[in-house]
Formats: sequence, structure tokens, C-alpha cells
Amino acid sequence: MEINTLFVILISTIFINNYVLSQMLGLCPFLGVSKKLDSAIGMGLAVIFVMGLSSFFTFIIYKYVLVPFDITYLTTIAFILIIAGFVQFVEMVIEKVSPVLYYSLGIFLPLITTNCAVLGVTVLNIESGFVNSNMGLLMAVVQGVGGGIGFTLALILMAGIRERLEVADIPEHMKGLPITFIVAGLMAMAFLGFSGMKI
Amino acid sequence: MPQKKSLAPELVLSSAPHVKAGQSITSIMWMVVLALMPATLYSVYLYGIHALLVICVAIIAAVASEALYLFLMKKPVTILDGSAVITGLLLAMNVPPDVPLWTVGIGSAFAIIIAKQLFGGLGFNIFNPALAGRAFLMASWPVYMTTKWHTFTPTNVLSQGITNITDMPEQAFDVVTQATPLGALKEVPKLLSDLHVLPDMLHNLLFSKEMLKSLFVGNVGGCIGETSALLLILGGLFLLYKRIITWHVPAMYIGTVVIFMYCYYSLSGFPYPVEATVYHVFSGGLMLGAFFMATDMVTSPVTWKGMLIFGAGCGILTCVIRLWGGYPEGVSYSILLMNTAVPLIDRYTKPRIFGTRA
Repeated sequence: MEINTLFVILISTIFINNYVLSQMLGLCPFLGVSKKLDSAIGMGLAVIFVMGLSSFFTFIIYKYVLVPFDITYLTTIAFILIIAGFVQFVEMVIEKVSPVLYYSLGIFLPLITTNCAVLGVTVLNIESGFVNSNMGLLMAVVQGVGGGIGFTLALILMAGIRERLEVADIPEHMKGLPITFIVAGLMAMAFLGFSGMKI
Repeated sequence: MPQKKSLAPELVLSSAPHVKAGQSITSIMWMVVLALMPATLYSVYLYGIHALLVICVAIIAAVASEALYLFLMKKPVTILDGSAVITGLLLAMNVPPDVPLWTVGIGSAFAIIIAKQLFGGLGFNIFNPALAGRAFLMASWPVYMTTKWHTFTPTNVLSQGITNITDMPEQAFDVVTQATPLGALKEVPKLLSDLHVLPDMLHNLLFSKEMLKSLFVGNVGGCIGETSALLLILGGLFLLYKRIITWHVPAMYIGTVVIFMYCYYSLSGFPYPVEATVYHVFSGGLMLGAFFMATDMVTSPVTWKGMLIFGAGCGILTCVIRLWGGYPEGVSYSILLMNTAVPLIDRYTKPRIFGTRA
């Protein structure tokens, strides 16, 4: 039963409620880091990691600090603080482990801090009512990881398409971001096929 | 210094290939139109004059918007190559027969301008234009796109009408036969429970031999182009014979649907797994999608390995959307979704360069 619930959460965050393509969250890195496939994969992995762990910690902070002390109105600011701390940590790790990736991600790595998809997933964890469930923590982490995987999927697909569009005969005024927005819109329409799915 | 005139016959140098097949974009495109003709004409016969108008409006709007765009962009106007005609025709085959005409017109214009020309025109589009147009219409006017079905016609050249063999109440029988085949499978059970019809009775009717035969030759409701599996297969075989498409995508696509559906129905303990599988294969837009839309040269992978992956992906997504999704039919969305993955598939299925190790 519990495994089933977790599976449903995972599938629905990856495909049905994909953070980028159905909820339109996290568009800045989606458009900014999708130029090259390699950096898209790196960015995706970083986001999966950050989303999973920040889901874990924000959930604990919310349940055991914010709720008992009745200060849930601080949710947003507390979550942003936690996420920012994490991103700094990930940044340091990537800089040590893979300097090449670090430089190709550039400004977008610190920008995960303000990636609305990360804040979105942590807030949605709370709004989905996971707090009242026994399995809440696990569900939150699964939703976080699923959200990250969904983001990575969208990012990688977009990177593949943009690499192909490099050689396309696109009208001058549509080159770069404009055509990327159109691709994003068409991808979102394709992902409508998953809408209303019941597992 | 005066140039000496060479005594040898003039040597013309050109790059390979030196032996060419007679195929050109124009001939391929018109061949595809020809292959679609039997199914199109049959649909016009089945659904009447409004279907013909829908097809005409779709084609005219597609060609006109292509011409207008190319003219405004000061590019050579290449509307005679038939690619816009195919886009319009395929879009028309993907909409219900009684849809308002202006809807298809807008869909065609969207397909040509947004999904094709802005990407650089023929050869550069990432998404199949006709399917992108359909997805756009689905998102914009879902009511027109899901309710404007033609009412069932009792007379038909290719097959007999379906009779009420399971003694359903008259009202319930009407509900079943007015729905599209896949809609009957997905949405009708809810309606029928009000009329006290058990799901078993519905399944006995839907999976009867008579119904399957009807599906195969095409005496069922649905989009303009998804009626007769038989005529679509004939068109597909013609394209295969002319080597305009290869067998990889259609075979893998339909094969995956067969295997997936059979496994699903037999594992879930359904009494007629074989009939249900056949029902799924011949209903909806699977044949149209597998032979005419998934095989689009621009938006499908280049290598045969890539084509197999592409076909399998389309098949799995189609089954998933049909069985669990919010829509009764998943062919168009599954092909669009796989279109997004084509650049990646191509990237990872590059053929080995001759003489190198893998």
C-alpha cells in the first residue's frame, strides 16, 4: 500500500504534474541551462539532489519547529534559508569534484537558490497534507526527488532539441530565446497528454 | 594568353551521389497524399459533406498560411511541394467530423506557422506540425474536439451495422454506439451504470466478432481519419512498397501496443484478452499514427535503431494514456511526446563510423 502511494507520487511528479511543463515553475534554469546537453545533465542532477534533501529538511523543520511554536507564517523565509544553505553546499562540492561542470553551470548554480521549482516543491509538500501522514517524511522526499527527476527530464529533452535547432534555418528574430519559448510551449502541450491520468 | 580549347569531351565534376533514385520531396509528398486518399474518401462517404468541408478548409488554410508566410518572409514560395497539403490533410483526419470549420482553419494555420515555419520550414521542425495543431486545438477548444462526433450511420458499403446482440436496453445501446470505440471503453461504463447495464454486457458487445469486424473495416464513430483500419493499412503498405517509409516504426509501434495490451489484459484477469487487444489495435488513430504520422521523415529518428526505440516509446505511451490517462485516445500525444525525444535518440544511436571500433 505505502509502496504504491510512493510510486504514484513519483510518477505524478515526473510526468503528470511536471514542475516545468505543467506547473511552469523553474523556467529560468530550464531556459538558461538547456543550451548544452552536458551542462543540462549536471544541472539536473544538482536539482534532484537539492530538491530531495531540501524536501527532507524543510519537512522536519516545518513539522517539529514551525508547527509546535505556531510560527508557520515564517514558512517561506525559513524554507528559502534552508534551500540557500544547501545550494551553497552543493556548489562547494561541485567545484571540488568537477570544476568543468562548475564553470559550465556558471551563474545558474547559485541561482538554484531562487529556483522557484525548489521552493515550490517544498511548499507543495506542506500543502499536499503530508504533515498529517505517518509516512509524511518519506512522501515529501519522494515528491522532492520526483520533482527533480521531472525537471531533469524536461531539461534534457529541451537541451537535445536546442542542440538540433542550432543548425536550423530559424528566422533571424526568432533565434535564441524566442524559439525556445515556443518549443517550451509545444512541449507543455505534448505533456497535456498525461493530464488527468489516474494510476 | 589565349586558352586552348580541350579536345576531350567536357568533364563535368559533381559530388556524390552519382546514381539517383527518382524521388524528390515533391514526389514523396504527393505519394503520401495518394496513400491517404482511400481512407479519406471513405471517411467522406461515411461522414458526409461536412467532413469534406473540414478536409478542404484544413488543406486550404494550411497552403494559404504557408504561402502567406513565405511571401512575407521573402522566401521562395514552395507550396506546390505538397508538404502543406499533407499537414492540412493529416490535421483534418485528426479532428472529429462535425467540428466547426473555423476551428480547423486556425489549427492548420497554427500547425504551419508556429510548428513548422518558425523552426525554419520543412526539414527543421521538431514536432509533427499536424499533431501540434491538433494538440493546440485540444487545449483551446476541448469541447469541440471531444464531442463533435458524427452520429452512427446504419448503412455502409464495407460492413453491416452492429446489432444489439446482448439485448441491452435500447437507450444503452444508443449510448454505446454513438461513442467512439475508445470512448465506449473508457467513458461509457459510467453512463451505463445509471441504466443498470453491467460492464460484462458492455464487454460482450464491444468484444464480439461483429464489433471487431466493424472496427477493422470502419463502420465506427471517431475522428475523420481513424475509421477504417483496412484502408489505412492499404495506404501504409503502398508507402512501404514505394519505400517512402520503412517497416521499423510502424511494426515496432503496433507490436508494442499488441504486447503491452495483451499482457495488461491477461495479467489483470480480463476474460477476453485477445479480443480486447484486437479492439485496441484497430480502434482509434493507431493505424493512422503508426503509418502516416510517426513515420514522418523530419520528426522521426534517422537510424533503424533509433526508429525501433521511437516506435516502442510511442507504443508504450499510447497504451499508458489509453489505459490510465485522462483522454480515451493517446496516439497523437504519444507521438508528440516522442518527437521531443528524437534529438536525444538520434544522438545516442549514431551509427559506428566504418573502420572504427564501437
